[in-house]
Amino acid sequence: MENIKSIVHRHGNDRLRLLDILRDVQARDGCVSREAMAEIALGLGLSVVDVEGVVSYYHFFSEGPVGRYAVYLNSNIVSIMNGRAAVARAFEREAGCRFGQVTPDGRIGLHETSCQGMNDQEPSALINGVVFTRLTESKVRELVAGMKAGKGASDLVTEYGDGANQSELVRSMVQNNIHGRGQVLFAPFLSGTALTRSLTMSPETVIDEIKKANLLGRGGAGFPTGLKWEFCRKEKYDRRYVVCNADEGEPGTFKDRVILTERPHMMFEGMAVAGYAIGAELGILYLRAEYAYLEPHLQDVLVRMRNMGLLGRNVGGRQGFHFDVEIKRGAGAYVCGEESALLESAEGKRGEPRDRPPFPVQCGYQSLPTTVNNVETLCAAARIMVQGADWFRSMGTAKSAGTKLLSVSGDCRRPGIYEVEFGLSVRDLLNLVGATGTQAVQVGGPSGVCVGPAGFDRKLSFEDLPTGGSVIIIGPRRDLFEVVRNFMDFFVEESCGWCTPCRAGNLILRNTLDKILAGQGTERDLKNIEAWGKIIKSASRCGLGQTSPNPLLTTLQNFPDLYRQKLKFKDEDQPPFDLGAAMQAACLATGRKPSLEEERQ
Amino acid sequence: MTEIKFTIDGRECLARPGQTIVEAARDSGIYIPVLCNDPSLKPSGSCRVCTVRCNGRYAAACTQPVAEGMTVENNVPDLEDLRRALIEMLFVEGNHFCPACEKSGNCELQALAYRFRMVVPRFPYQFPNRRPDGSDPKIFLELNRCIQCRRCILAVKTSDGKNIFGMLSRSRTTRIDKDPALLAGLSEEEARKAMELCPVGAIIRKRIGFAVPIGRRKFDSRPIGSDLESSPKGGRS
Repeated sequence: MENIKSIVHRHGNDRLRLLDILRDVQARDGCVSREAMAEIALGLGLSVVDVEGVVSYYHFFSEGPVGRYAVYLNSNIVSIMNGRAAVARAFEREAGCRFGQVTPDGRIGLHETSCQGMNDQEPSALINGVVFTRLTESKVRELVAGMKAGKGASDLVTEYGDGANQSELVRSMVQNNIHGRGQVLFAPFLSGTALTRSLTMSPETVIDEIKKANLLGRGGAGFPTGLKWEFCRKEKYDRRYVVCNADEGEPGTFKDRVILTERPHMMFEGMAVAGYAIGAELGILYLRAEYAYLEPHLQDVLVRMRNMGLLGRNVGGRQGFHFDVEIKRGAGAYVCGEESALLESAEGKRGEPRDRPPFPVQCGYQSLPTTVNNVETLCAAARIMVQGADWFRSMGTAKSAGTKLLSVSGDCRRPGIYEVEFGLSVRDLLNLVGATGTQAVQVGGPSGVCVGPAGFDRKLSFEDLPTGGSVIIIGPRRDLFEVVRNFMDFFVEESCGWCTPCRAGNLILRNTLDKILAGQGTERDLKNIEAWGKIIKSASRCGLGQTSPNPLLTTLQNFPDLYRQKLKFKDEDQPPFDLGAAMQAACLATGRKPSLEEERQ
Repeated sequence: MTEIKFTIDGRECLARPGQTIVEAARDSGIYIPVLCNDPSLKPSGSCRVCTVRCNGRYAAACTQPVAEGMTVENNVPDLEDLRRALIEMLFVEGNHFCPACEKSGNCELQALAYRFRMVVPRFPYQFPNRRPDGSDPKIFLELNRCIQCRRCILAVKTSDGKNIFGMLSRSRTTRIDKDPALLAGLSEEEARKAMELCPVGAIIRKRIGFAVPIGRRKFDSRPIGSDLESSPKGGRS
């Protein structure tokens, strides 16, 4: 077995590759022990506490053993809707340990994880990095039997999904579930066409074309892509980077998974176009840990593109234009989808957001100008370079040009991927996906908005209802509070902990919700949620904290009666408990009677 | 060097290029409350107590650079309330028992609570279970009082630049920890500086306690920020 020293050496004793080193050690030992941390620290010239800080930050690293088969069962709300509880019980029964534990023989460990990008085929689990979807009790019995028999995790996959999921390099049971094909993402794309046309223009003209197309960032924030590229190009450095953000982690989003499976060549070509436009020679694809099963496929696409001359030296035959892409993998942290946290993580550190300014376009990867773009954005950029800005702007609305990929999950007949033009109303989307009697729609994931029937005529667009792609449909008989509670749990767990309001405030908000759900709430608690939610949103350091109270705030705004029904007392100053009853035991023990009536007067 | 003109609560101020709002305000004698920030260190923007409204948008004044024509709101009621809420959050998420703390009177968290007239936090106490760490021969780490400002991570280093303190975990379980071997190498003088640098009583030197009696400590007679406000060009904005 390769020792730690040689693992560190194989990664060039490079501090930037700490995550790769830790991943190899975790895979080798099923944990990263303190002894291993000390050796890694020595090899990289770090202090042990630095290495420990990184190990303890990421979901898929652990100091203690996670089991030779590490099962991570998705605990997000759609998994719960689709029968997670029975699946979890089956895992516990068959494996013989509880969640959060490892079997005594160290064979199987059961762990929870938040959304892993499979919301259209829940309940899902990762076992040693291999994806298992649409789990049922009987499937779990088979899986655990296979693990007990010592089969490899990938040998437990018995059926394969559609498209590239069944290719030799993926061999995954994941289904694409593409139900709506639009003109930007899912029309045929011929490799090389975007680059060829871009290379006939100057880099500045390429940026102008993207600006003219009014391409806005598809990750959710909606920053104009052309402007980002222009800022980056104008920075006076001789090295710049293109980073593709493939860390989609917003619960309910899985659109990038399908792009990475079916349109990686288009995405990489979009990166090359960006590289040409800003003057970069290196692109980094930051791939979320849950999508590691796609890496061999992605590497293969890169090799083929190099062979076609679309990556590497003198790209597209242009003398002096060199551009290549390397893949860096995350290790399980939602906040790393935030671009500056992503850059920290790509540098092998704890994925904590940076202060801005300076922005990544000024000071990004390794402190050099960097443009960070979403997977879908880069695909759209490639398409724009083929079809032109005017064509792109002919779709969508005045302020939101083009199409958007939606990841639809929850209570509907056809969960999956829909490429729609911007401007589609929520109601039309519900009809499209086969949802009836819908109680609420969570648009944009937990950090977005929970829309009730009164808002179903609102339009999916940057000017009305923006979304990075996540649409979760909540059917008529669901308990909306279970959804809100699940989302608040998510933010409490995924806060990086850097700043006070997000670290301490979200926990306080969640506890207030729990108080209401326990039947102890008063009108005062509703006012507190609003006031405290506003404080957290205003004072937090990054987008996570600035949106984390949204599950509570938007449901309180759109479903106030649901909350009021839960309140024990309407009078906001009445204590939410019965003082006499609370003191009964003490009164009995002491034989004394409190003078409660007197005090009230 | 060209000076940048901006306003804090309507008062015209000047800044040098590259200065943050907190720095420029300090030079103008305007106090913006800070907690995690120490003038000798790169700001980490972790406590958010210096939150201001800058051209109408919320920003941490310790990390936000001044720009020409910028309008900063500082001493306004809703921001004072937001700042006090943050102080209260820090009180309830840790275990702070001021009367028994060696840092009482020198503690910036306590001093800010007094300044913001905090009586009882509006939030329920969490009473977290945090373990103090007395394993180092010179320094006692009382994590119940730690507010995760990151000053120790930024400032306390070995001679070859390695971190002695670091942050572990994430979310509500984040905590400061030490590299035991490196911390043990600290000199008495460095240990004294580390304790002084900690704004609360989380880094405590062992065996020397209450050398200055309570009543004669930094904030016992003068509230935090008052030195700046009583300076010749000072005053509340």
